[in-house]
Amino acid sequence: MLRFLTQLGQYFILLKKVFSKPEKPVIYYKQTMHELVYLGLNSVGIITIISFFMGAVITLQTAYNTENPIYPTYLIGLGCRDSILLEFSSTITALILAGKVGSNIASEIGTMRVTEQIDALEIMGVNSASYLILPKIIATLLFNPFLTLISISVGIFGGWIAGTSAGVISSEDYVYGIQYAFIPYYVTYAIIKTLFFAFIITSVSAFQGYFVEGGSLEVGRASTKAVVYSSILVLLFNVILTQLLLS
Amino acid sequence: MIRIKNLNKSFNGTQVLSNISVDFEPGKTNLIIGRSGSGKTVLLKSIVGLHDIDSGEIWYDELLFNKLDFNEMKEIRKEIGMLFQGSALFDSLSVEQNVKFPLDMFTAKSEGEKLDRVNFCLNRVNIINANKLFPSELSGGMKKRVAIARAISLNPKYLFCDEPNSGLDPLTAILIDELIKELTEEYSMTTIVNTHDMNSVMEIGEKIVFISEGKKCWEGSKHEILDSDCKILNDFVFANALAKQLKSSSK
Repeated sequence: MLRFLTQLGQYFILLKKVFSKPEKPVIYYKQTMHELVYLGLNSVGIITIISFFMGAVITLQTAYNTENPIYPTYLIGLGCRDSILLEFSSTITALILAGKVGSNIASEIGTMRVTEQIDALEIMGVNSASYLILPKIIATLLFNPFLTLISISVGIFGGWIAGTSAGVISSEDYVYGIQYAFIPYYVTYAIIKTLFFAFIITSVSAFQGYFVEGGSLEVGRASTKAVVYSSILVLLFNVILTQLLLS
Repeated sequence: MIRIKNLNKSFNGTQVLSNISVDFEPGKTNLIIGRSGSGKTVLLKSIVGLHDIDSGEIWYDELLFNKLDFNEMKEIRKEIGMLFQGSALFDSLSVEQNVKFPLDMFTAKSEGEKLDRVNFCLNRVNIINANKLFPSELSGGMKKRVAIARAISLNPKYLFCDEPNSGLDPLTAILIDELIKELTEEYSMTTIVNTHDMNSVMEIGEKIVFISEGKKCWEGSKHEILDSDCKILNDFVFANALAKQLKSSSK
């Protein structure tokens, strides 16, 4: 318990350092642009692939589990849309990014720690926490909502391809279903969740990397911890946010 | 001048440095020597503020460094250049970007002026036509020289070197030592070098502090070191056969 509280305290002290005034904003801007490409743009591929198959499976599962003459078939499209919008795109995307981006951040910062690159920054008078972590947080906060929107679009498209190819729903019914009783707030809800998840993944992973002590073995462990802790926190905050935003 | 008074440092209850007091003189190459694990690196990192000390005082001229707040400490650190044991070059930046980094961060110079300064520093450490290379493409000696170029890019008042020639062949090690000595004289810096290399001691040591098991055991010049009657120091200095022969023949 004491260890947990110590770590929690360390985490908030680190955040205070991260959000202090940047030494030279133009350098931070350049770093943020770099991170947008590195952490954001480079994740588009994996998110697209996963979302496509996720949408496809949701459509097929919905179709095979609601085979009943009293249910209109367009409900398959509606079910697919709402599942993707409310849960899968924001949460599954966050879990995938916790694995990809989280381990990347923890190992990058952890390696910089054990090879004294962070000490070198501190010696120069640079606020290393802010310089290394703030651009990553800004980049993921800016880009992850786009990843979620991409995921939603591709997921729904994947559902259409799978549903019509397997013959479980006609194209017209699917398109009607995804438009039926559409609640725009669900998109806002997905984006709000994504912003929280982006912050959790980036800050928790950076925290794990920043306080690494030892060598490559410890960097590997920090990387694993980053994925595990940020995934658990994403799931925990998913419950809290769902209750807060949809109740 | 850097003045250390009664410095104590421990990690998890283990005393690593005990009551160290020493003055490091400006414009000179000051050496901290001692066996591996004697506390040299901890002392150096404590002096630059990378480790918080338990008690004692660290003075940079008239400023009590260990009592300064983060922002005041940052101002002093802009006058510090440091060469780390593993060079600590930024992997994601090229040689040129590494040396330019402090200039980008802390000066308002134009891009052209910054590049001129980068090229001057790289020429000064004899790194030619390597601006676009990345640290992973450099040899150990080149990395050390680029790290020195980065350390001097802002014309520091204080230069700290942690084991500058560890892992280098004897000739490259001598080149690095000579470079540190030349730069110290050229810019009148207060230079503190951690080493356990006796060649370095005899080549560049103007003031030498010997540390054993976290305690200062001896201080003096390189001329005095050979005639010292401190047993632990003699055991360290004359550890190898060649040095022992030298000692006996000088008698």
